[in-house]
Amino acid sequence: MSFNIFMQNVVNGLSLGGLYALIAIGYTMVYGILRLINFAHGDIFMLGTYFLFYAVAIFHLPWWLSFILAIILTALTGVLTEKIAYRPLRNSPRISLLISAIGVSFFLQNAGIVTFSGIPKAFPRPDIFKKILIIADIRIQIVNINAIVISLLFLMILLYIVYNTKTGLAMRAISTDTETARLMAIDVNRTISITFAIGSALAAVGGILWALKYPQINPLMGIIPGLKAFIAAVVGGIGNIPGAMVGGFLLGFTEIMLVAFLPRLSGYRDAFAFLILILILLFKPDGLFGKNVQEKV
Amino acid sequence: MLRIENLHVYYGGIHALKGIELKVMEGKIITLIGANGAGKSTTLRTICGLVKNQQGNIFFKDKDITNLETRERIIRGLVMVPEGRRVFPNLTVYENLQLGAFVRKNMPAIKSDLKWIYQLFPRLEERLTQKAGTLSGGEQQMLAVGRALMSRPSLMLMDEPSLGLAPLLVREIFQIIAEINNQGTTILLIEQNAYAALNIADYAYVLETGNIAMEGPGKDLLNNQEVKEIYLGG
Ligand SMILES: Nc1ncnc2c1ncn2[C@@H]1O[C@H](COP(=O)(O)OP(=O)(O)OP(=O)(O)O)[C@@H](O)[C@H]1O
Ligand SMILES: [Mg+2]
Repeated sequence: MSFNIFMQNVVNGLSLGGLYALIAIGYTMVYGILRLINFAHGDIFMLGTYFLFYAVAIFHLPWWLSFILAIILTALTGVLTEKIAYRPLRNSPRISLLISAIGVSFFLQNAGIVTFSGIPKAFPRPDIFKKILIIADIRIQIVNINAIVISLLFLMILLYIVYNTKTGLAMRAISTDTETARLMAIDVNRTISITFAIGSALAAVGGILWALKYPQINPLMGIIPGLKAFIAAVVGGIGNIPGAMVGGFLLGFTEIMLVAFLPRLSGYRDAFAFLILILILLFKPDGLFGKNVQEKV
Repeated sequence: MLRIENLHVYYGGIHALKGIELKVMEGKIITLIGANGAGKSTTLRTICGLVKNQQGNIFFKDKDITNLETRERIIRGLVMVPEGRRVFPNLTVYENLQLGAFVRKNMPAIKSDLKWIYQLFPRLEERLTQKAGTLSGGEQQMLAVGRALMSRPSLMLMDEPSLGLAPLLVREIFQIIAEINNQGTTILLIEQNAYAALNIADYAYVLETGNIAMEGPGKDLLNNQEVKEIYLGG
């Protein structure tokens, strides 16, 4: 493989990784706070792309406004799913919550098929996202550069919120010990809502970038990226936010490299992610950056 | 300041509190002693709203708080140092203290309270950026007390603060409890260490399998024959 093809794959891998990272955050944050694997998260990601599609292609709103609107609407949807489907089950056994999440996932997929139709739609792309940049013989799609920059930007904002604000402190407190967090007068319901809003907003960003990269959307498009981002979260140690970021980049990068170096295996691309999941669960079930603080008794 | 009337608590089929009556007067140290499983922690947890009582009422500062959320009770000036310390192990000492002041907005007041905490517990100040999970048991207890004080409580509930501490530290913790009380915080203290608790308390209740079996000024119970036999080891 020539050097410039290799570099193209590096960029491609990083951009895919950034998208996985953005989606993985939602899984890991919700898991951290509710101990729930939110199976509907991939479908929230899908909704983000449709909100943008409708804003741009149907309502002809400007791109920047559509982007903001899509993020807000997706965040609201995430908050709503928690209020309707998870909050009433807060004190039920975990398994009820999990089944409810699977129910929400099916509901969103099928509601999507009914409302948006099952036929894939061509996703509108502003011209700048179609360009190709050539630096020293390396052909780089602008959309990939944008995906990397934008995902890094949003990941930084997230890290800032989680580690430098009061809300972030409340989130971290709840995810270690909800009852004691209550004793600190933390508004647990509000903090959980904010968590869902943030996770869903990042999924929307990920979804929109995804659709700009692979410009065709359909109501079931969230399933595979959702599962892979979930695997990324497990790789990084579910519940661990920086872990999910690293897991996302790692998974996206190795996936692209696998296809690049072993093109004959490209058909097994999706299976590869599951192989990683199985290996991690067998050998390092807490993930690469799992629990690192021991509790003293 | 705090008044509990006819409090019953059930855990499924277990009748853990069977109609407790209890009063905490402002400015005092009240203690609640009793054997393992008597219902001491249940009492404190119910006062904070972590456990919902199925019957009876809780009044705090003359207001019925029986149906309030935990958060609302804390905002009104209650606070608890929970059994087993329950510091947030993955957060730093400083973050733990900040969480204690979570609902407060007055930054200068928070700063001056931090200074006060550092005076009470100089060891915490030396370890501000350390993860709370890496503190020793005694330091964690100090952090749990410091964190509770950061909410500027008018009533502090303490669930076995001396549990698992070496005798020297136990004495230190009791000195600090007296000091906190001197500075105006009312205290409701649960203890296995009945001798130390009765010694420091203005008034004491003895809990036996969900009932108040005895009550009286701390020093009186200390000299009570029955209490001596059961709780003070004869
Ligand atoms: N969450 C719970 N579910 C069921 N039963 C409980 C629960 N918490 C406490 N109990 C029961 O209620 C009774 C009182 O428990 P509690 O923790 O209040 O005792 P305690 O006086 O604090 O004991 P200790 O000194 O050992 O801490 C015990 O019989 C206990 O088994
Ligand atoms: Mg107890």
